[in-house]
This record gives sequence, C-alpha cells and structure tokens, in this order.
Amino acid sequence: MLRKIRLLTAIPVFVIITLLFLDFTGTLHKWFHFLAHIQFIPALLALNVGIVLFLIVLTWVFGRIYCSVICPLGVFQDIIARISRLRKKLPYSYSPALSWLRYGVLAVFLVAFVAGLIAGVSYFLVPLLDPYSAYGRIASNLFAPIWLWGNNLLAAWAERVDSYAFYRVDIWIKSTLVFVTAVVTFVIVAVLAWRNGRTYCNTICPVGTILGFISRFSLFRIKIDADKCNHCTLCARNCKSSCINYLEYEVDNSRCVACGNCVGKCKRDAIGYKFVGMRITQISTNIEKNPRESVQSASSACNESRRNFLAVGALLASTAVLKAQEKADGGLAVIVDKKIPKRNTPIVPPGAAGLRNMTQQCTACQLCVSVCPNQVLIPSSNLSSLMQPELSYEKGFCRPECVKCAEVCPTGAIKHIAKEEKSSIQIGQAVWIKQNCIVLTDKVKCGNCARHCPAEAILMIPSEAGNDNSLQIPAVNTEKCIGCGACEYVCPSRPFSAIYVEGVERHKVV
Amino acid sequence: MSKNITRRDFLKIAGITTATATAGIYGCTSKAEKALELNASTPVPKGKMTYRTQPKSKDKVSLLGYGCMRFPTVPNPDGEGELVDQDVVNELVDYAIEHGVNFFDTAPVYVQGFSETATGIALKRHPREKFFVSTKMSNFRDFSYESSVKMYKQSFKSLQVDYIDYYFLHSLGKTGDTEFRERFIDNGVLDFLLKEREAGRIRHLGFSFHGTQEGFDFAVAQHEKVHWDFAMIQLNYVDWKHATAPRNVNADYLYAELEKRQIPTIVMEPLLGGRLSNLSNYVVSRLKQRNPEGSVASWAFRFAGSPANVLTVLSGMTYMEHLQDNIRTYSPLVPLSDDDKEFLEETAKVIISYPTIDCTDCKYCMPCPYGIDIPAVLLHYNKCVNEGHIIDNPANEEYKKSRRAFLVGYDRSVPKLRQAKMCIGCDICVPTCPQSIDIPKELFRIDRFVEHLKQEKS
Repeated sequence: MLRKIRLLTAIPVFVIITLLFLDFTGTLHKWFHFLAHIQFIPALLALNVGIVLFLIVLTWVFGRIYCSVICPLGVFQDIIARISRLRKKLPYSYSPALSWLRYGVLAVFLVAFVAGLIAGVSYFLVPLLDPYSAYGRIASNLFAPIWLWGNNLLAAWAERVDSYAFYRVDIWIKSTLVFVTAVVTFVIVAVLAWRNGRTYCNTICPVGTILGFISRFSLFRIKIDADKCNHCTLCARNCKSSCINYLEYEVDNSRCVACGNCVGKCKRDAIGYKFVGMRITQISTNIEKNPRESVQSASSACNESRRNFLAVGALLASTAVLKAQEKADGGLAVIVDKKIPKRNTPIVPPGAAGLRNMTQQCTACQLCVSVCPNQVLIPSSNLSSLMQPELSYEKGFCRPECVKCAEVCPTGAIKHIAKEEKSSIQIGQAVWIKQNCIVLTDKVKCGNCARHCPAEAILMIPSEAGNDNSLQIPAVNTEKCIGCGACEYVCPSRPFSAIYVEGVERHKVV
Repeated sequence: MSKNITRRDFLKIAGITTATATAGIYGCTSKAEKALELNASTPVPKGKMTYRTQPKSKDKVSLLGYGCMRFPTVPNPDGEGELVDQDVVNELVDYAIEHGVNFFDTAPVYVQGFSETATGIALKRHPREKFFVSTKMSNFRDFSYESSVKMYKQSFKSLQVDYIDYYFLHSLGKTGDTEFRERFIDNGVLDFLLKEREAGRIRHLGFSFHGTQEGFDFAVAQHEKVHWDFAMIQLNYVDWKHATAPRNVNADYLYAELEKRQIPTIVMEPLLGGRLSNLSNYVVSRLKQRNPEGSVASWAFRFAGSPANVLTVLSGMTYMEHLQDNIRTYSPLVPLSDDDKEFLEETAKVIISYPTIDCTDCKYCMPCPYGIDIPAVLLHYNKCVNEGHIIDNPANEEYKKSRRAFLVGYDRSVPKLRQAKMCIGCDICVPTCPQSIDIPKELFRIDRFVEHLKQEKS
C-alpha cells in the first residue's frame, strides 16, 4: 500500500519536474512551477518559511517521504536502482551509516551556505550539493538535448506537412563547465544508485542528512515486530537505503526514506509502517558497538569513489563536445559568429535585483537557463558565481515581453516581476566601442541599434560635430538604457559588437 | 435470349450510352478547348509547341523560352554556399529540347555567376542548330570598355559557343538615359557590339528593360541607329495596366511602342517570379472556376503568349513540374479571348488589392553584405499576406493562429541572423532591385510587424 501510494505520487512529480527542464515553450510552468518551489534548499534560500515548515512537519510525521516523492534526484536514484534490480533480484544488505561522511559533508555545506549569505559569494558547494539543482543540471544538460532533438524531428515533419504545431529550436552547450559537472554528477549518482540504492542520499546529500535528523523522531515509521520476525533477511535485502538491521529488529530511521519496499515483501507480516509516537530508536548505539565494521565500509566506499572518479575521467575523455554550427546558404554573405565580450560586471536578469542577491540565492539549478526562450541566459564561468545564470546577447536579447525566468525561479534569486515593470528595470548599460562601429570603419549608414532600442535610449548623432550631413553614430543615454541587449544583438559588427552591455551591480528603476 | 432486360444489363447499356454520348461531345469540341483540358494527369505533348518567327533571321523560336536564372542548386560539398545542380539542369534542358523548347536565356550574373557555365555544359550535349542561346552584358558596376569586352568574351567561353544568337544590353532604363549613356554609348561598348553583330558573332542584338518610361523611350529611340532585333520587357496580366508607377511602366504601353516599330518582344516575368501562381485561395478559386483543369500559372502564360508580336516567353523553371506545365500551356498556345482578357484584368485588380511586396525572387539584391536573406524575408511576408496571416489585432478571432503561422514560418524560412531585424539600412541593395522596391523600408516595416506580434501589441 505504502509503496503503491509512493509510486503513484512520485512518478508524476518526477516526470513533471523533468519536463520543467525540457519544456522550452514554457507551457507547463504555468501550472507546475510550484514543484520547483517546494524543493527544500530553494525554499530555504527564498526564505519561504511556509514551505520549509511544511517539509519539516511532513518529515516529522511521515519520515523522509520528501526524499521518496518530491526530490527529483531521489526518484532518479530509485529509477536507476530499479533497472539495476532487473539484473539482480535482492541486491541490498544492511550496512551501518557512514556518519563521519554524512556529517562532514553537511558541515562543509552549512559553512558554505552561511558564508554565502554573509559574504555574498557562492562557494560553488551549495549549488553543487543541492540535490534538486544537481538533478536540474542533469536534466537540462543531458536529457534536454535528446528531448530537443525529438522536437526538431517533429518540427521537420511538421514543416513537410505545412503545420505550425512544432518549430525548430537550437541545441547548444551553454557552458562546458556545467555540462561537465552534470555528466560527473550523473555518473557518480547513477553508479552509486546502480550498486547500492540510496547511498548518495544517505552519505552525501545534505538535505538527506538534515531531514534524517527529523525523521529519527517521525511519528510514523517502519517497525519490525520481533515476535514475528524469523530473520529471513528479505526486508533487509530489499532495502535500498540499507537501513534495516534485522538482527537487532531495528530500522535506522535517519536513513529510511519510507519507500515501503520492505513492507510488502515480508511473508510473516513482521515489518510495517506504523504509528509509533515519540519513541526514539537506539540505532546510534549500534555504530559504537561495531567501530571496526564502519571503518571497513568507509574505506571500501573510498575505493569505490576512487574507481568512480577514474571511470568518470575515462568517460569524459571519450565524450566529443558537440558544437552547433550555422549552415551557410548559397548566395548569402557568411555571417561570423559573435563572441562574448569581456564584461567587467556580469548582467543578471531583471528581478534578480543585483549581483549580490543573485549569488546569495541561486542554486544553479538551470531552470531559468532551460526556459529562457531568447537564449540569452547562460551559466556563468566566473568563480564567484559559478554555474549561476548571467545574460549574454550573442543569440538574442532580453525581450521586453518575457519574464519567464522570474516566473520559474524557485529560490528567490530572480524575484517575480510584471511584464510592464520589466522594461523600466535597468540591468545594465550599453557602451559604444568606437573602433568597432561600421559607420566609421566601413563608412556606411547604419543606426540599427537605435532603431531597435525599446527604451529609446540611443540617439543618432552626426559623426562630425555640427555637420548634419555626416554619417550618424550612436550615443547612449545611460539614464534611459535598461541593458536589454537589443542593440548589442542587432549590431552588424562581428565578432564583437560595436555596442555592448555592461552589467550594473544593483538594478534600478529608470 | 430472354427479352426481359435484367437490372444489370440495363445499367450496362445505360453506361455504354453515356460513354458514347460523352465521346460525342468531346468529338465536337475544338482542338483549342481540348488543349485547355490538359492537366498533370495527361501526357506532356511532343511536337505541338507553338513557334514564332524572328522577322530578320526567320528563326523559329519556341514560344516557351527557358530562363536560366532560377536553376536548381545543391549545397556545396565543400561546405561553403551552394552550387548549381548540374545533373538536374541537364535533365531539365534535355526534356525541354525534346518537347520543342529551343530558346535558352542566361546572363553572366545569374545564379551567383554559375548560370552561363551550367547552361553551356547542358547545351553542349546537343547539336548547335537545335537551340538558340542568349546572354547579356551585365556591366552594372564597372562600366569600362575593357571590363565590358572581357565580360562579353567570357560568355563565349562559359557557354562553349562561337556565336551568340541573342545578345542583350542587360537591364536598361532605371535612371532615364544617363545609365544607358554611361554603360554603352560613352565608353564605345555599343559600337563594339554593333561590329560584332556585323561579324556574325552576335546574331541578334537587343536590350532588356526595367525602370521608368523616360528610360524606355530613350532606349527605343536608339532603334533608328541600332536597329534592335528584339527587346525584353516585363509583361504579365498585372503589369499590363497596373505596374507600380512611377518606378515601373505599364506593359501595355511598352508592348505597343515595340509593336509600332516591329521590334519583336521577349517577355520576362510572365509569372512575376511565381507570384502569379502562388495566389490567395480566393483568386485561385476565381481562376479555377473559369477553367477547372488548367493550372493557375497557365493563365499567366496564355496571357503573355497571346500578343502576336511576342517572340518568346521566358520562364525560369526550377522544377520539372513547372517545365511540364508550361509545355502543356504552349503545346499549342490557346490565345485568350477578349472575354478572358477582361476576366484577367478584373483578377489583376483583385490581386493588387492584396498588400504584397513586388519581389520576384530574382536575387539581384543578393548577397546582402550584412547577411540578410532579402528575398526569403519578402516572400515569407507575401505568403502570409496571401494566406491571410497578417493580423495585428489581438482581438481578432484568427489572431493566435495567424501569429503562430507568421512567427514559426518566419523562423523556418529565414535563419534568425538573416531576418529583417538585422538590416542596417545601408541602402546598398536599393539600386539593384529591378522592381524598384525600397528594400530597407520594407524590411523595417516587416520587422516592426514582427515586434508587434512578439509583444502581442495591438
């Protein structure tokens, strides 16, 4: 029963969260973006007290069902483990918790988290360890391309039958670093899940550890009835969390994710999900009893991770990095790809309020990067804001009618703004680069930047002062400029635009 | 045998009777009407092509001329740009000759400069007396005598011929007489060409015209001295009375002026680069009601071929189906009746009421130095006009559907970096357009419309 309920809820939640990262049309987000908002670390960063309290109470009452149902990385591990089980029916066995690793990782995470809040710098670790964001990077970097290829196939078909139901989209690696991180995370999590079920959840994931503190005291727990149990080991060998110590009739509730797999397996009805009230299990004494065993398994875990690391390295070496190339047509001038200019201050989306807020709040889940229909959001490779989104205008500009990133952001890094509000928020200022401007270099009439400026912040002035007949060059009225990048995107100068946007530290209303 | 007729027998007899009756009706129809019933299901006729005679040389020229400006292309295997698909060109040319087409028109500038060579390769495979070939002096940018003569001589090499049947002064008339003087008179090129005609290397000398009435009148006035053997004008049932004056001249005037001087007329743009076959459903149904079996394009070709002083009608045929359809229309030509002409004049009035842009996809404006695919943008816009997708009022019932059709179709037809948004308005393309379209202005207008749609503004 418990397992059935879990499957019925976890599968749709997992599918929809995955789709949030795949759906480039932004249709699903209207109804289901709340699934990103109820993720633990994002809610914590967004200071969403209601959701955090709800998750704590939920865990206190029912155990770690968050990890079994809501967390996409958790369900992802279950899926891998399920496939692995096709090969080997009863793969698991009890092992004591690797407490030093769990608490060690948690401590490092907390230090990074607090330091981030105080210093306004993301130390890479918070985004790296947040399970939801880790899954987001996997979905947006590894699953999305497959989804988009499928879409492009359909689009090709639609084009043939003259239907407008599907349209082509660009597939490109927005940041090699994030791609590599996603691959590494994928491999580590998948290998651990393949071999030992929920190892990642119970030894590395800080959310798992935090919720584990609470689930120790949960009202409903998995409990073994010592009178009925005959030590058949079926429950323990079905437990992907390896937390059932059948010899002692005990379950480590800090690691149990209340999946219910053990409940149905017991032939004597000796194990069940029961209301136990406030009693505390004595599992911690176990660890003290068998110090040798825990050290042993720790060293084996070490070996394993070393092996995993090597496997990852080999895989990376063999992964060819795909780069989308523009097709050149006959009778058309070659268009040189634009290069990203060096920006002294990164640009962050309207709604982010400024750089500090962005670096403090963002967990680099890539949801905004995935949904950006204008392809201006790319993950940063700047050390202080690693993998967090920033704007770049090589493939488009931040269109006036779009507030998609603000709609989906679960952490409050990009706060909700109205469309009307957007065109008055200054996120950057355009800068004119004289030596690139084709009006001066090629002596042609242009003014494309001024023509497309939605804020009317670019004036065309004579290139020779006082001579109204001379060719006109752009001049930026920085008071009016909002930094949307329309000018930079449409500038004919390539590979570097003659007008580009510098971010502003703190956004302001113009 | 029983005298009672069974039900089945009755139906059989009735069927036979009907068939005979139908055959009887067909037997009575004229040859002309039969020709009008040719459609894609009927075999393409051989040996029935209509020919016209050039009065000086008595050349028998097929009414359908092959325009080599729209040859099919394939992506260059080296990755950069596109090349002429020579295999397909050979097939098309062979098929055309087999079905009576004997006039092939090219120019040094067509198909990114590949057209002459490709035409030469395809024609080389046929006896020289089987075809007439024409090419042009396209000295648009460099007017010098040396460069012009070099271009002329190169044509012989590219076409692999030792005489050219019809030689054009390419595209006269844009700026009154100044352009004519600069390109041909002042530099002595016209004198050179006249000598070449005397020497027999040019069998006929003529000009092609795009532009103002002033420019045309000046060119025609040279007839006294030059004795034009032909002249090429844009003639179709829209331009007949509704050319976009003052930049372009009505074809009825142009034709009458040529006929007056007995200068044979060669027709270009009979179909306006496909615009007269790619019409709105309303106009298509109008044409189909009058002749359900004939193609939409056949109306335009019959119109262009009907005037007796027309020597040949050039069509830039990219696809075999176009070629076959046109061969059917002219094998033989069924001239339009006065009623038909009146009907097409009414149709033309409906067509010009649609706000399409006059682009004929001739690609003279290309390549745009800033990478814009100008014809692709304009054609997409025209397509949406014809399909009724230009709606910018969100309150309209059809708005959502049309918006999607326009925007999705736009991205499909034109890569983002080649769209109207990227036009900088340098105006380099403006003088190249034979239809005198103010290209940057139209591109800005289209981009504003796109922005309206994207922002869902009313």
